[in-house]
Order: sequence, then structure tokens, then C-alpha cells
Amino acid sequence: MGSGAIISVLQALEEDIIKCMKCGNCQAVCPLYAETRSEPAVARGKVRLAGAVLKGEVEYTQRLAEHFDLCLTCMACVANCPCGVRVNEIVMAARAVVAEKIGLSMPKRAAVAGLSRPALLDAGIRAASLTQGLLFKTGERGMLPRFPIGLEMRRVVPRLPGYSLKEILKEGYSVPAPVKRVAFFAGCVTCYVYTGVGRAVVDVLLGHGVEVVFPKEQHCCGAPVLLAGDRKTAAAMARSQVEIFSAVGADAVVTVCGTCGESFRHYYPQLLDGGKDLQRAKLLAERTFDITEFLTDVAPLKKDLLGPLEETFTYHEPCHLGRGLGVYEQPVRLLAAVPGAEYAPLKQPGRCCGGAGFFGLKHYDLSLKVLQTKLRDIATTGAHQVVTGCGSCRIHLDDGLARHRMPHQVLHTVEMLARSMREVSRGWGY
Amino acid sequence: MSAKSLAGLLVKILGRENVITAREDLLCYSFDAAQDVPAAPPAVVVTPRDTAQVSEVLRIAGRYGVPVYPRGSGTNLSGGTVPLQGGIVLSMLKMNRILDVDPDNLVAVVEPGVIIQELNNAVAPYGLIYPPDPGTVTTATMGGSVAECSGGLRGLKYGVTKDYITGLDVVLADGRAASFGGKTVKNVTGYDLVKLFTGSEGTLGVITGITVRLIPAPEARKTMLATFDRLADAGNAVTGIVKSKVIPATLEIMDQVTISAVENFAKIGLPTQARAVLLIEVDGIPEVVEREAQTVMSVVANHHGQLRLAGDERERYDIWTARRAALPALAQLKPTTVLEDATVPRSQITIMLEALEEIAQRYNLTIGTFGHAGDGNLHPTILTDERDREEMERVHRAVEEIFRKALELGGTLSGEHGIGLAKTRFLEWELGSAGLDVMKKVKSALDPHNLLNPGKMIPGGSVQHG
Repeated sequence: MGSGAIISVLQALEEDIIKCMKCGNCQAVCPLYAETRSEPAVARGKVRLAGAVLKGEVEYTQRLAEHFDLCLTCMACVANCPCGVRVNEIVMAARAVVAEKIGLSMPKRAAVAGLSRPALLDAGIRAASLTQGLLFKTGERGMLPRFPIGLEMRRVVPRLPGYSLKEILKEGYSVPAPVKRVAFFAGCVTCYVYTGVGRAVVDVLLGHGVEVVFPKEQHCCGAPVLLAGDRKTAAAMARSQVEIFSAVGADAVVTVCGTCGESFRHYYPQLLDGGKDLQRAKLLAERTFDITEFLTDVAPLKKDLLGPLEETFTYHEPCHLGRGLGVYEQPVRLLAAVPGAEYAPLKQPGRCCGGAGFFGLKHYDLSLKVLQTKLRDIATTGAHQVVTGCGSCRIHLDDGLARHRMPHQVLHTVEMLARSMREVSRGWGY
Repeated sequence: MSAKSLAGLLVKILGRENVITAREDLLCYSFDAAQDVPAAPPAVVVTPRDTAQVSEVLRIAGRYGVPVYPRGSGTNLSGGTVPLQGGIVLSMLKMNRILDVDPDNLVAVVEPGVIIQELNNAVAPYGLIYPPDPGTVTTATMGGSVAECSGGLRGLKYGVTKDYITGLDVVLADGRAASFGGKTVKNVTGYDLVKLFTGSEGTLGVITGITVRLIPAPEARKTMLATFDRLADAGNAVTGIVKSKVIPATLEIMDQVTISAVENFAKIGLPTQARAVLLIEVDGIPEVVEREAQTVMSVVANHHGQLRLAGDERERYDIWTARRAALPALAQLKPTTVLEDATVPRSQITIMLEALEEIAQRYNLTIGTFGHAGDGNLHPTILTDERDREEMERVHRAVEEIFRKALELGGTLSGEHGIGLAKTRFLEWELGSAGLDVMKKVKSALDPHNLLNPGKMIPGGSVQHG
């Protein structure tokens, strides 16, 4: 993807930029505006700046990059926009344009380098051939943390299991007369932090007569890289991922994180510009399901598999799962089927928790402020079990709950289902 | 004086974190929610924390002849906060405390940066409401809303912002602070300066404190949707309802262009062949509400309308979804949305609606009209593309005709958006030269060097600053 291609992504959004009528409705829902009350922090300011970039009215400065960085890409503004302006896409495109001119900031470079070279993250399964250009020039190997989200040293980092999901899951799990054959995409956080989510996926799917394939070459979906503004690397990662998952030839790709799901469903077709790759990406996009969608629409949850869990739970809706993939009702509907489980809804389930992947790298204090609102909301529900569907949200929630000495546990939807199923039968083994 | 040395002076008073000078930031303060008005970045944006700091800023501005543009959330629709001549944008967003909620006197005291909805949330536990209800209730500040005298959906029964402001603290152009009015219901001490500053659009002083009147929240409400095959029937139903001694809290209208756009956008089962729909809500004491709803129903039937009564909260929500979707749905059709607020006496609604259709046709423009039929405040919304110069030319001529027509029918240029930048040149049409002269005298008495929001409201007059 050459430099003309990078700017053309923003140019293609010109209609959206013009459509913004600057009404300011975004102010009402932007979690960052609520904290900063600053016009460059909110969507209409950024849209104005993106327009200025296209017209050549501003220089590519560090300050400009900071303004585009100051966004959770939570899409609350998009959902509330009377004109339907795709602010998240404008921000992503603008980040790429600015990054191309002045480079990525150091923590972003380190994180992108880590995620785009799976060899550095796990035992070296796939060659480190994906990263070129932008990142490689600077060679920030020394900056690489154990895993990139832990860059902020003040953060309460969840205890790492010390092994990767790739070491504990098999390449494939067959069942007699499978109803479907599914390729499981785990994503970084499930691979390296909350491996229990991966095991739960296998348990639950096998329990439903679904054959599971877990391609071990899989790597970071690339969304964090794309969101950071490195479109070129993201495109390389997309191409690789599409190749890996097309080769499996499964009926469906199942994801356990809204952002990973968006990569397969939305970002890969956007990143791959034509030809065979694009065709395959589109095919995968149609077959990608969040685990909760899969258990609702494709292989419906079997209630007789569920054992009782006397628990009150609440549900935090990840931005990229809800507004991103349109998965709003499914997780709660699935969990409501668990005997004894009681749902105590948040007042604002879809308000961003402030985690937002890399956002906290640079804006830790701000992301904690956004989290405060979520924690207050959680505290008033009376539930002790917080269920969500995104690893990044979970890291952030765990961090905040630990900080405030709140007793709540965070689980993925599929983990709670697996626990309920274990009440009836033992695991299916892996 | 250079922007840099000006910023240096301001930093001394306000601290570095309250003075913004980066060009990238200033661009984001170069506009507000008004369409089709010029934009210009300020030299500096400041965020004072208290009245004393506001005074200091105005003193510096006065000493060096720098224009000052007070700003809340920047959601007004008249260009009222555009810093046309550079200078200082005085953002009031950090003065955002609710100072007092006083249920005994049915008042609250707030700083200007409080968002309207925040005030409503604060008074709700007392069973009270602050009735002004502009479309921007979740974003606009109290200061901005008082300065613009915003209206909204409940104007017919509950009035507009000026009907609820009983006291104001104001910093004058020379930096002195003054207070007018207070918590009492009655107050005839001196000129009614509370009313003068309310709706003054930041041209006479900077509002730093606001005392508002609250009312008990209505206990019950009934919501109805009426559809009509003829515009005249809808218009006559509006006057018919009021003539029957029922004052609905909300009495909204949408024309055919709007209905089609809304239905296309939100798919809520609106009759797209209807010429107009009315959305009606009566509220108050349950028994009265019941009787008023009956009256509304029979008036609608007498004017050949089909009525749908919301049976529960869900159906009520659906009806208001239709109304809330009006602007978004229209805005989706074309890149640029020019939203006007010409207002006529209620009895002239039908004539005005017909005139709008005729103007749209003559200038070959798409105009969707919706608005507050009950108080005669319509929102003809012209859908266009700012890049199409020839069409914009026609838009401007159509807008002029809309204003002429509204005035001819005994109406006004602006029901609730204000004059700002967008309508200064039309002001004399309504006020005449003598009326305009009064305004100019008031302005020059309170702001002799024309430093407060120059270029707004009052036509002509530019400020020298270096």
C-alpha cells in the first residue's frame, strides 16, 4: 500500500466529512469529551481536523497526531450521529495519514512491532516476515514488553498464565457426526492472558456437536495495528490471516472478541484491495461469528446442557461487539438460559470502559477516569459477576476492580456458559 | 498585540492549562453548529474557573482592544459563537457547578457551563423540572442557552428560556461584575435587565451565574399521532385544539417530505402518503390529561385526521422516535442541511406551510418542514450541497423569501435560534430603522468598544485591534 493509497482512504471518506453538520450531538455520548470538555477530543472536532488535512490547512504535527489518537474508537458518536458520519473510520484513516508523514509514537511502534511479529510473542511459529516499511526502519525491538498492553507500568496487570493457548489447545477436535466445522480464532488476549476463554470455547462447541479447528499459525488479528495508524502492516497481517483461515475450509470462523470479529468481518475486506485475497476475505467475513452469535444463530444453545449457577451477573457490552458487530442481545439471552442465573443490567451497558486496546498506553489516567463511570455503574447493580466479551475490556475492568478493591469477578460469556455446562457433565477434554 | 503576547498575559491569570493556542486546537473552535456561515479560528481559547478570572480576561481584552467570544458547547444554530475576528474565545465549560437546588423557593442556581440535562437530573429527585427543552438539551450549556434564549418542544405550554430565568450574574465589558434579579417570583426593581441579558447572544456581557425557576413535574401524559390528507386540515386542527381550551405540552408537525424521509430512515410505519402529521402530547394531572386527550381526539376527527393514541411507554417512545428522527432523516438525504426557524402566529401555520412548498418548488430545492406547530415555530430544512455554488445561490434567495413571508404573516425572523451571524442582515426588516437604532444604542452603552461577540446580532461595526 503506497502513500497515495493511504491518503486515498481518507479521501474516500470526504463525503462523510462534509456530511457532518457539526451539531455537537457527539458531545453528549463521547466518554472522552465528558472528561476533557475539549473540542478536539470530540468527534466533530476531529472531523473538522480531518477535513483540514484533506484541504492541506494543517501541518502534520505531533499535536495533530495526538488529537487523532485521543479517541477510544468506541463509536458512541457514530451511533448517536444524526448524519450517520463514520467517525471511527475517519479517525482510523487520519491516524494512518499522519503516521505515514511523521511516524508512529514510540509506545505504538513497540506495540505494533510486537503484535505484527508473532515470532516475538510465542515460540516462533510463523516467520517475522510481515512487518516492513514504517516500523522496521526504527527497529524498536528493545522496547518490547512481555505483552504490549502491559507497557503502562502502573497498571495492575492480570497474572499471566505463563503459557500460550497454542501450547494447551490441540490443532483440532473432532466429534462424531459434527453439525458444523468451525475454525476458532482466539486473539492475543485469549492466547496469552485469559486462556480459560479458549478452553471454554472448545468445551462449549464440542458439547454442541461442533468440530473445532484451531490453526496454530494464527496471530494477532491486526486491529490494534490498524487502529494505531499502521495500515500497511495491518494489511500484511490481514493477508496472512486470510490465507491461514481460508486454508482451513471451515463452515465458520468463531471469535471471542468484538474487535477480532470486526477484523474478519469488516477490516480485512477493507484492507485487501482486490483480487483473490479480497474475494477470500469477503468469504471469511460472511462466515465470521462472535461465539455468542454462533450459539444463537448457527448452532443454537442447548438448554439441557446447562446446569444451575446461583449467580447474579451483569453484562458490560464491548464497543466493538455491540456497535461494531451489532451483537447486543445475544450474550444476555444466552446467559439468561442458565438456571439460577439472574441478570442485573448496567444503566449504560454500552458505554466504553476506557480500555480501548492501546489507548491506555498513552492516556492511562484518562482511561481510568472513563473506567470510573463503568465501575460506579457496576457497583450499583448488586451483581458480583461481571460478564463481557472482549479481552481488552476485561484487562481494564480487572485493573480497575483490583485498584478499587471491588470483589467482582470478570468472565467471558462463553466461560460462564462452560461453567454452567460443567455442572452437568465434566469437560470434553483437550 | 500579537497572539503570543496576548496568550502570555492570559497564562499569568488563568494558568497554562486554561489557555489554548495550538493551531490544531483553535481550528476546532472556529465553528459552531450553524451551517452556511463563515468560520474563523480564534487567536486563543481560555477556560476561566470563576467570575474573577472572567473579569480579568475582559479587562485585558479591553486594555488591548481584543474581541471576546463567549462560548458554551457551541451548539447554537446561528453562528453565535464563531470568532469571526479572531481574538479570545471565552469557553465557560469549566464553570460548571450546580450551586444550589432550592425546592422551597422552586429555584436552582447554576454556573454557565452546566449542561441543561445535568440541571434536570439534579432537580428530578425533588419532583421538579426545568421546562425549556431545546433539541440540544443533552449538550447545550445553561449559559449558552440563556444567551441564545433557546426554545424547544414544550414552548407552547411552558414557554421558553426567558420565562424561567429570574436572576443573572454578568461580567460587563469593562470587567466589572453585576447581579440582576434573584430568587423572588416578583421583582420590579429597575429595568428588567435579566430579560435584557437573556437572549443577548453574548453581545452585552458574559453570564457567570444563573438563577432559574423550576416547576413540579407533570404527573401524567398522553401522546398521540394524527395524520392528515390535507395541509389545511392539519393546520386547522392545531388552532382547533387551542381554541378548545387545551394547551398541549407539545404540538409538533411534520410535512410530507419529512414524513417520507423519516419513514425511509426509521421504518416505523408512518403513512408516507399523508400530507402532514401532528404529534401531540398533553400532560398534567391524570384526570385533566384524560379529558384533554378526549378533546384533542374529537378536534382531530372533526378535521378529518386519523388518530393513534400511544397505549403505553413503548408506543409513546415510537411516536417521539418519529419526531426525533426528523432532522437526522432529512440530513441523510444531502450533504448540507440549512435549518431555519422562521416563526408565525399559530393561526398562520397553514399559509406558511403552503408558502414553503411553493418556495421550494420555485427555487427547485428540497425543503422538509417540521417543527413546533403549536407555537408557530417551523423548521424549514433546506437540503443542499455547500459545494454547489449555483444551488447555494438559490438557497440564499429562498431563505430570504422565507423570512419575508414570515414577517408578512406577522411573524418573526427567528423563533429560537437567534440572529447571530446568520440573520444580522435581515434584522432591519423586522425592527425597522428606529428599532435597530435602539438595539445599537443599548449595545454601545454596554459595550462601547464593540469587543463582546462583535459582528453578531447588530449589523455593521467592526473593531480595531492589533
